[in-house]
Amino acid sequence: MNKQRRAFLVSMAQNIAIAATGGFLWSAYVYEAKAAPLILRPPGAKKEEEFISLCIKCGLCVEACPYDTLKLAKPGDNKPLGTPYFIPRDIPCYMCDDIPCVPPCPTGALDIDSVTEVKDGKREFDIMKMRMGVAIVDMKSCIAYWGIQCDACYRACPILDKAIYLEYRKNERTGKHAFLLPVVDPDYCTGCGLCEHACVTEEPAIRVLPREVALGKVGKHYVKGWDKSDEGRLEGSKGIETTVTERSKKNPIDTLNEGIDFE
Amino acid sequence: MSRLWKKYRFLIARRFTQILILLLYIGANVWGWKILQGNLSSSLFLETIPLADPYAVLQIFAAGSLVAIDALIGAILITLFYSLVGGRAFCSWVCPINMVTDLANYLRRKLNLDKFEKKWWASRNVRYWVMGLSFIISFLIGTAAFEMVSPISITHRGLIFGMGFGWAAIVTIFLFDLFILKNGWCGHICPLGGFYSVIGKYNLVRVSHNQPNCTLCMRCKEVCPEKEVLYMVGKKSQVVDMGECTLCGRCIEVCDDDALNFSLHYFAKKGEKDES
Repeated sequence: MNKQRRAFLVSMAQNIAIAATGGFLWSAYVYEAKAAPLILRPPGAKKEEEFISLCIKCGLCVEACPYDTLKLAKPGDNKPLGTPYFIPRDIPCYMCDDIPCVPPCPTGALDIDSVTEVKDGKREFDIMKMRMGVAIVDMKSCIAYWGIQCDACYRACPILDKAIYLEYRKNERTGKHAFLLPVVDPDYCTGCGLCEHACVTEEPAIRVLPREVALGKVGKHYVKGWDKSDEGRLEGSKGIETTVTERSKKNPIDTLNEGIDFE
Repeated sequence: MSRLWKKYRFLIARRFTQILILLLYIGANVWGWKILQGNLSSSLFLETIPLADPYAVLQIFAAGSLVAIDALIGAILITLFYSLVGGRAFCSWVCPINMVTDLANYLRRKLNLDKFEKKWWASRNVRYWVMGLSFIISFLIGTAAFEMVSPISITHRGLIFGMGFGWAAIVTIFLFDLFILKNGWCGHICPLGGFYSVIGKYNLVRVSHNQPNCTLCMRCKEVCPEKEVLYMVGKKSQVVDMGECTLCGRCIEVCDDDALNFSLHYFAKKGEKDES
């Protein structure tokens, strides 16, 4: 009886150990394999964390894309297996007005609400709302910053003068020419990558990066005092709060002057 | 010729469906056909009916996300189909890996490997453990865990969208089944097969055994990829009632004595009770 009991317990422990070993290996692999901070997702994709949990890897968005922009990650691509992505330098997103890639998504990993707008009770596509990434200019390898005239990215931009605008500056080196510098405004940039595709340098001097990677965040403790709507955030706040400690009860001047004999 | 057909009719029909389904998917991506778009994880049939892999949807649910209505309807349709009439037929009539493991099995029989090979023992219940683990890992890591490693999806997606290093998965399974464990992948490990075994447990279409005709040649058990389901062969007339049966029909084809046939679950069952 005791022997039987022992055999049972040992075999239980064995099974659990096998399951745990396998489980840990498997989790470790999945955990590493799902992390892809530099991947660019299709239009309307939810935040990466949510996207990777929702995407069922069916490739319907890939099939819907008329320009073959979207690809499904194959083994060897070093991207989460079977999930859709695009590389703008190869084929950028041409920002179709009818957004064929988003509605086929069966799971909602591509969120149709994020690229539509309700106008007069009718839902209409608005590709300008998509935020796949944001273009970043490398000032050192952008030849416009050298003083050479190039506006390839500016001309390629479908939201020209908003998402990319030119800033004029005097070229002090020659003294008589102007720099025409491309500058990206993340408020308008959709991350389509037409600029990256058009860039003339060997490696693109303007690149699309995921917004979470490229953009900072100010935090809510800064308020634009000159902006009425931003200033409005202060309404209803209780004002500046001061922490009162034993020491700060007294007037600071009194504290500083304490113990000094002025006579 | 007619004998050849009689001996391989289900095998031919299965290869035909497997390849046809693959071809429809490939055609959708390459030539823009609108019959069956997407892949086995989720697809669109005739541009209207959504279909989805219920196991993948469950994993997504375990990962903490609720899929949108299309995938939900798709998963329900597939579940209904397989639990009512399909059983575990996905494995032998649709899954592309079936062709790989069937080939490994065929070679195993032809080369007589079973006689010479070092025997490994593994429980056929491993697949249910793997299935349970997949839900736990999906929950902990926040993404569908089996979908990240599934050689079925890798192969199937590879054939439609481009293979990459995906061939390695096919070779691994082939070698595993050929040299390491008989029916290793489909019969022991694959949690998708386990999943379909569970939902197909009470389906209508069954293989049924007619004991009086049986001559105990045991050819059916030789070819069966899940031979534990044929426990009644030669013992009593009964339908194959275990969910693990993939309804491949190989046992029916190889039987020379008409002792095995497809039948409908409940009608067949009643029939035998009257007999006995």
